[in-house]
This record gives sequence, structure tokens and C-alpha cells, in this order.
Amino acid sequence: MKEIALHLLDLVENSVAAGAQTVAIDICEDLAADRLDVSVRDDGRGMDAETARRVVDPFFTSRTTRKVGLGIPLLKGAAEMCGGGLQVQSTPGAGTLVSVWFQHSHIDRMPLGNLPGTFLALSVAHPQVHWLFSYRRGEHFFEYDDAPIKEALEGLPLSHPQALKYLRELFEEGARPDTPKH
Amino acid sequence: MPTVKSLEDLKKIREEALKKRDIKNAPGSVQVIVGMGTPGIAAGARETLREVLAFIEEKNLPNITVRQTGNIGLDSWEPILQVKIGEDAPVTYGKVSPAAARQIMEQHVLGGKPVSAYLIPA
Repeated sequence: MKEIALHLLDLVENSVAAGAQTVAIDICEDLAADRLDVSVRDDGRGMDAETARRVVDPFFTSRTTRKVGLGIPLLKGAAEMCGGGLQVQSTPGAGTLVSVWFQHSHIDRMPLGNLPGTFLALSVAHPQVHWLFSYRRGEHFFEYDDAPIKEALEGLPLSHPQALKYLRELFEEGARPDTPKH
Repeated sequence: MPTVKSLEDLKKIREEALKKRDIKNAPGSVQVIVGMGTPGIAAGARETLREVLAFIEEKNLPNITVRQTGNIGLDSWEPILQVKIGEDAPVTYGKVSPAAARQIMEQHVLGGKPVSAYLIPA
């Protein structure tokens, strides 16, 4: 996966599979500190320490009773190659926080990619989840909480064409990363 | 083209939809489900889903429910898309590119005829 936005989709599938009711995605491009921070926080069922460790390194143990994908280790590898890292903090019964960071200017850092596309896919196709998104780049700040939106729509699904248009434009305006300089 | 988005806009959208009875048939009798596990995403499932949403917006189709689901274990067929109309058995398609998704939306979802080219053999 060549975009951070695609890795986000992948991370969030784990949150949804863990029964999360609320999922927060935060993205911060801190150009002054030359750092890109991405995190996914959920209130799903969480993991014990051993499982959390195995999620990051699937070869840590030979136990194969639970299915573990390669998405997180690949993302961790990509972050570490760019002077960053990945951390999973989890509390059984309370939720999980996955944090990834990169050196913003690193030549090998994958682009943020199509964040609006990822946000739209998640909000529309997982409507049972309460979504919180934030995207900060320098002075630009975009924040999305779908609770008031769902309330205003009063049961009209987000996949209604007019609602889709509204959301698509909202994300395209607020969450489009600048064109990469390199 | 910056436009100011407000919740009032959404309330208007809802009122319009009510007038046109879009909500009458909800929850949508047509369900489109896209597989969004790791292999699906890697194979381009987000673009497939995006095409489905673009089609709904473009053709102004009010009664289609769109969902995503995790890995369903048909990795070599990703991206996978499933169409469920009313009480019919779901029809599962494989290797659904955005162009294929558009064809499925037109022929199957609108026209009622499954697109044999992308059916996953049972």
C-alpha cells in the first residue's frame, strides 16, 4: 500500500472488527518539527500485551490461533525506514491506540494520499461507527464529527446521493493534503 | 470553490428527500458490499467503493445501502463486491475494478441483470 490513507483504512478495519463504537483518526503534519503523526484510537475490546506485540511482529510467536494480518508490520517497517515508528497501546476492554510517525521530509515517506476518499469510504460504508477525524497541516485545521451530521439527517442514510455529495465536498475541501513537493 | 457547509444544508437535504419519498423505501432494498480487508485495500477496493459512491451520486439513486466488510477469504479475487437485491441471494463479484463496478451498478443494480464476466465461480 503506497498511501498512508490506504493504511488508515486497513488499521481501521481492525478497530471495527474489535467492535469499536467510536473511532478517532488524527493526522498532523507538523512542518516546523518535520514530523508527520497519524493515529487511530478506538474503544473496541482491546488486546492483552502479548497480542498487541504480535500484531506488530507477527513472527514473534508461532501461535496461530488468531489471524493476524501483515498490514501493521508493513506500516511499521515503512515508518522506521523514514526515521519514524509505530506503537500499539491497548487495554483489554477499553480500546486501542495505534500511533505512527514519520520524518515529514524523508524522501522515502509515502504520501498521505487520498484522505478524502478514505474518510468518505469509512463514514458512508461503516455508518454504525461514530467517526471523529482531524487533519492538521500547519495553520490548516479540519475536524469532523459525524454525530451532529447523522442527527441532522434523522435516519436518512449517508449513502443518499445528496448526503454523499455533501460529505464528499466537505472532505475534499478540508482533508486534501497539499501536493507533495518532491 | 469553497462552499460553506452547514448542518442546515443537511436538514434541507433530508426535507427534500422526504418530499420525494426517498426515505419510504429505506432501509435500501439494494445493498452493495465491498470487501475492505488488507488484501482488498491493497488490490484497490477503495477506488472500487469510490466508483460505487460516485455512481450513486451521479445517477441520484436514493435507495442503495453501501457497506464495507473485512477480509472474506477470497484474496485472489479482490477487490470483491457483493450485490444483494431485496430477498434475492447475494451475488458476489471478483476482481472488480472501478470500471467493472460501474458496469455492475448499471447492469445489475439498475438493470437487474448480473454481470457474468465478474462472477466468482462457485
